[in-house]
Order: sequence, then structure tokens, then C-alpha cells
Amino acid sequence: MNMAEHLHQALVGLLAVGGAFFCLVAALGVVRLPDALTRMHASSKAGALGCGMVLVAVALFFPGIDVLARAIAAILFLLLSTPVAAHMIGRAIYASEPPDSVIAPYDELRGSADDPAVRMRQAHAKGAEKHAAQPPSAKIRTGDVT
Amino acid sequence: MSGEISPFLSWCLVLALIMLFMAFALTVLRVLRGPTKGDRIVAIDLFGVLAVAFIALFTLYQSRIVFLDAAIALALVAFFGTVAYARLMEKQAAEKLAPTREAENEHG
Repeated sequence: MNMAEHLHQALVGLLAVGGAFFCLVAALGVVRLPDALTRMHASSKAGALGCGMVLVAVALFFPGIDVLARAIAAILFLLLSTPVAAHMIGRAIYASEPPDSVIAPYDELRGSADDPAVRMRQAHAKGAEKHAAQPPSAKIRTGDVT
Repeated sequence: MSGEISPFLSWCLVLALIMLFMAFALTVLRVLRGPTKGDRIVAIDLFGVLAVAFIALFTLYQSRIVFLDAAIALALVAFFGTVAYARLMEKQAAEKLAPTREAENEHG
């Protein structure tokens, strides 16, 4: 092996170790941070960065455009899906246990149109309307009886 | 590259795999211990990302390209699983919360 190949493999190795390091940081954050929202924050950012670095190492190690294309597709997909998943998890955590008012004094989501509870209520109201509109004869009959 | 792997790279790969296994252990710890359902979903999501990283590292370790397809497929499936679980949890929690939030709005 000549010098260039050694340098190339050293770069790949450093990227792989760096990626694994950030994955470890994400896992440490998930274990050590105090509540579910901060844990979500740690896992989504550091996890995506670590996984992306390992995929970049794979793309650099193998020659050829096919591996490059696959690695770039995987990285793009990761960068698209991780924030969406984190957002959904954040909404779910917010719906189940609203954040501490001391840590987050301003809560503009609470009671707004995007609040999970408000959305659920509106969906219920719409469902009830539809349900009531479906059998009109039954409605009239109950009105007659009372 | 089917050629030889330099000692530095193989050392790096072993180190990276050890770090990744430590990350797996910590994530499983959070799945088992997580006080709320949200903590468990977060940990399962991270587990999926770590699995993708592990498969990518394994591709390097074995010098075989075929495993990379498995990594892409796993990323897709893990994302769908996380979204489905999060939606279910949000729906259940909002259903439980809706009556109290309604009373609150009528007061204020």
C-alpha cells in the first residue's frame, strides 16, 4: 500500500470512530438527561450526526458511484426522517405530560389550534356532527317523543 | 475495495464497534427503565438509528457493499415504527386530557 491509500483509510477510520463517538454521546444523553423532552433532543441530533458520519465513511471507503449514491440516499433519508420523528415524539410527550411551567414559562401551544387536546376535541365534535347528521329520521322521531 | 485493510483502519473499526455496543447497552437500559412511555419511544427510535450505524460499520468491517441496502431498509422501517407509536401515544394522551383542557378554557 502506498501513502495515499494509507491516508485514505486513516480518514475513513477517523470518520467511523467519530460517528460511533456521537452515537455513544446520544445514548449517554438518553440515559443521563432529566426528562423525556431533553432525552428526545439528545437522541435526535447526536444520533443523526453519528449515523451520518459512519455513512460518509462507508461512501469514502468503497470506490464507485453506486455505493456513493446509496450512502447519499441513506444520509438524505436520515436527515429527512429524524426531525419528523423527533417532532412527533415531542408532540406525544407534550400531550401526555405538559412541560414544567418553571422551566418553560411561556407555553403558546397550550389551548391553541395545534394543541393535541384541542385537536382531539375538534375531531370528536366533527365526528359527532357527522354521526348526528347521518340518521335524520331517528333524530326527528326522538324530537317527536320528547 | 477488496484490497487489504490497514492496521490503523481495522483498529479504528474495532474501537467504533465497541463504542457502538456501549451505546446499544445504554439505550436498552433506558428502554427497560424509562419511567414514561415517551422515554421508551425515544430510546426505541435511537435504537433504530444505532442499528443503521451498526450495519454501516459492519459493511466497512466485512468490506461487502450488500449490507448497505439493509441499512437503508432498516432506516425506513424504524422511522415508520416510531411515527406509528408516537401517533398512538399522542392520541391516547389527548383523549385523556381533552375534558380537563376544555374546562380550563371555559374558565379563562
